[in-house]
Amino acid sequence: METRIDVIGLRKRFGATLALDGMSFAVSPGQVTGFIGPNGAGKTTTMRVILGLEAPDEGRALIGGQPYRRLHRPLTQVGSLLDASALQPSRTGRNHLRWLAASQGLPAARVDEVAGQAGLLSMIRRRAGGYSLGMRQRLGIAAALLGDPAVLILDEPFNGMDPEGIIWMRGFLRGLAAAGRAVLVSSHLMSELQDTADHLVIVGRGAVIADTSTRALLAAASADRVTLHTPVPAEAGEVLTAAGAEVGVSEPGVLLIKGMSSERAVVLLTEHAIAFTEVSAHRATLEEAYLELTGDAVEFRAVTR
Amino acid sequence: MTALLAEWTKFRTVRGWVVGMIVAALMVIGVGLLGHSKCGGVVVNGTTISDSGCSSPLGPGGEAVTDSFYFVRQPLGETGTITAQVTSMTGTAEPWSKAGIIVKASLTQGSAYAAMMVTGGHGVRMQWDFTQDLPGLAGTVSAASPRWLRLARSGQTLTGYDSADGTHWTRVGTVTLAGLPATAQAGLFAANPGTSAAASQSLTGGSSRGGITQSTATFDDVALAGDASGSWTGTDLNGPTPGDGYHQSGARFTLTGTGDIAPAVTDGTGVASAAQALIGTFAGLIAVIVVGASFITAEYRRGLIDVTLTAIPDRGRVLAAKAAVLGALTFTAGLPAAYVALLLGEWRLRSGGVFIAPVPVLTEVRLLAGTAALLALAAVLALAVGALTRRGAIAVTTVIVLIVVPYFFASPLAVLPASVGNWLLRVTPAAAFAIQQPYPKYSQVLAAYTPQNGYYPLAPWLGLAVLAAWTAVALALAGRST
Repeated sequence: METRIDVIGLRKRFGATLALDGMSFAVSPGQVTGFIGPNGAGKTTTMRVILGLEAPDEGRALIGGQPYRRLHRPLTQVGSLLDASALQPSRTGRNHLRWLAASQGLPAARVDEVAGQAGLLSMIRRRAGGYSLGMRQRLGIAAALLGDPAVLILDEPFNGMDPEGIIWMRGFLRGLAAAGRAVLVSSHLMSELQDTADHLVIVGRGAVIADTSTRALLAAASADRVTLHTPVPAEAGEVLTAAGAEVGVSEPGVLLIKGMSSERAVVLLTEHAIAFTEVSAHRATLEEAYLELTGDAVEFRAVTR
Repeated sequence: MTALLAEWTKFRTVRGWVVGMIVAALMVIGVGLLGHSKCGGVVVNGTTISDSGCSSPLGPGGEAVTDSFYFVRQPLGETGTITAQVTSMTGTAEPWSKAGIIVKASLTQGSAYAAMMVTGGHGVRMQWDFTQDLPGLAGTVSAASPRWLRLARSGQTLTGYDSADGTHWTRVGTVTLAGLPATAQAGLFAANPGTSAAASQSLTGGSSRGGITQSTATFDDVALAGDASGSWTGTDLNGPTPGDGYHQSGARFTLTGTGDIAPAVTDGTGVASAAQALIGTFAGLIAVIVVGASFITAEYRRGLIDVTLTAIPDRGRVLAAKAAVLGALTFTAGLPAAYVALLLGEWRLRSGGVFIAPVPVLTEVRLLAGTAALLALAAVLALAVGALTRRGAIAVTTVIVLIVVPYFFASPLAVLPASVGNWLLRVTPAAAFAIQQPYPKYSQVLAAYTPQNGYYPLAPWLGLAVLAAWTAVALALAGRST
């Protein structure tokens, strides 16, 4: 069950667009690897190259040391979901899974098993054309699980899911990784992967920006940050900025302070008799960490009256 | 194997494709029933001279034949020789007008025979049992260059000779006529197949014939030796025809006759063709082309092809599996459809009084299996073109333009000049319709061997091979492209 994905120096040009510009990373078994980047960063192209659907100009992608096209009965080794709407609308979900099972020599009984796992049993005999996007995502997940593969590659599986579905999907992905699978999940929204991804590969413009564990990234983003709740943010900001801190507003009545410890902030505010209700070490969200990395971080500036 | 099973599962789980296949079968059957046909006779000066289209004698080989000629004859036993000098023949504008000597099993139309003859445009011939033809001396007969003909009987064996001077004889051929009775009829004959103008024909028959022509031949030194002791009698095997007859003056005979001794040709002037029952094939083709193309373009349209390729990461294998499944299904639907179409179509024609020239069993098998193969190959061609264009409408249009349009314009509509039509039916995938040609072309019968009469420029299997080649090339191109 221990299979990894290795993406090595992928380059791919579509006409004038350089889609992949030296993309390299690895996906390890036993954890969920988030594949994050804005639209157009090359996530889908990378996944298509991994799945043998696109030939790279340079570099290679290996699954357990093998290119995808060499895999025997590939769905028993790699489950994938690229586009949940890639369905024949007049075919039922069940029959969609059936031909996939047939293509891998899998027994038809697997179809109902994975439909159950994906929470799809009630809809399985209806035509796929009538499915909501969330149902299609579940059908795609069921298809990916058919061959009980060691590797899962899912492109934007949260798209179109309702909040309940998103919560289900998070738990589901964690469960898959906990069973030893290598799970690669792409998203353009960092928040979707909060509490889900153990590891993050952050990409932009066809290359990796950061390849880090989620814990380390959050720690780095949280370091040296203080959150201050105050009824007088303008005065507080003036005092702290004068003392050399960078101050930003994260929400009304809440300041984010960088470059100053919480103790020093409390001393300064007390000296200037500025009221505050709470001072705490900042816990960055994945979103913030991501925005900071990609250069769109909260702009720290003096708060003016 | 798994790829085949996957594609079969895909096909049967889309109702539109299954329905499309059934529709194709119904089209093949139904369109064949739309046309109508009834027998019509050929009438000259108020007298029916031929009940064309209503019946036909059958030759010894079971094929429909024309057996109409003026016959001056007497009984001949197991051994004997008939010799005659032909000094003239009129009606030579018709290249297969004929006059000469003949030994025939009986006076029944279609009975076995062997004959030596002069013809309007093909010199001396030895012909027997309607379909067989050997050349003798070349040139046209005239008083200046008469032709001596001789036919010697020994049991069931007949040997034909010809000579330009009555002294030096050349053997043209020896044939054995199975079933030639001890006493046969031997004598002189004259016939003229009449107009050779191409007759027009509507969708399933209906014919017209120009005026008939007659041939008058003069025979000299007519001698019948051997087991013969009767006297000469004139018989019109065509039934009494105005102008036909003979005149004897010693060993000199003058015969006037119409008609022909030859295989019947379904050129719209005679019997009907079994191919008319399969006219619905083109309509069935349209349906299988739509199904065949969308079997793959539907996957491109939805991006489903990517799912297929992750399951079977080999474009060539996917295409091969699709082609095998589609081809097998289309063949399976097409074969019973063609069979029912042939049965119903023939029944309908016959119930209109139309006589259909019989088709040997093996040929019938070829017509049915060939029609099913034509449908199957066209469906796979549409699949391959669909894989290349990735657009259903473009693929369907392309294949219809390649196969249905050339056939339709060259054959049932016949709006194209024959040369263009025949060229299209050689090079386009429509060449495969040749597999539906029920009867051979005969060099000894001048007729309108046109597609709408059921005759194609290419041999049946060669025509089908043209379509197979198109399909193979399209599949190879589609399998290579990524």
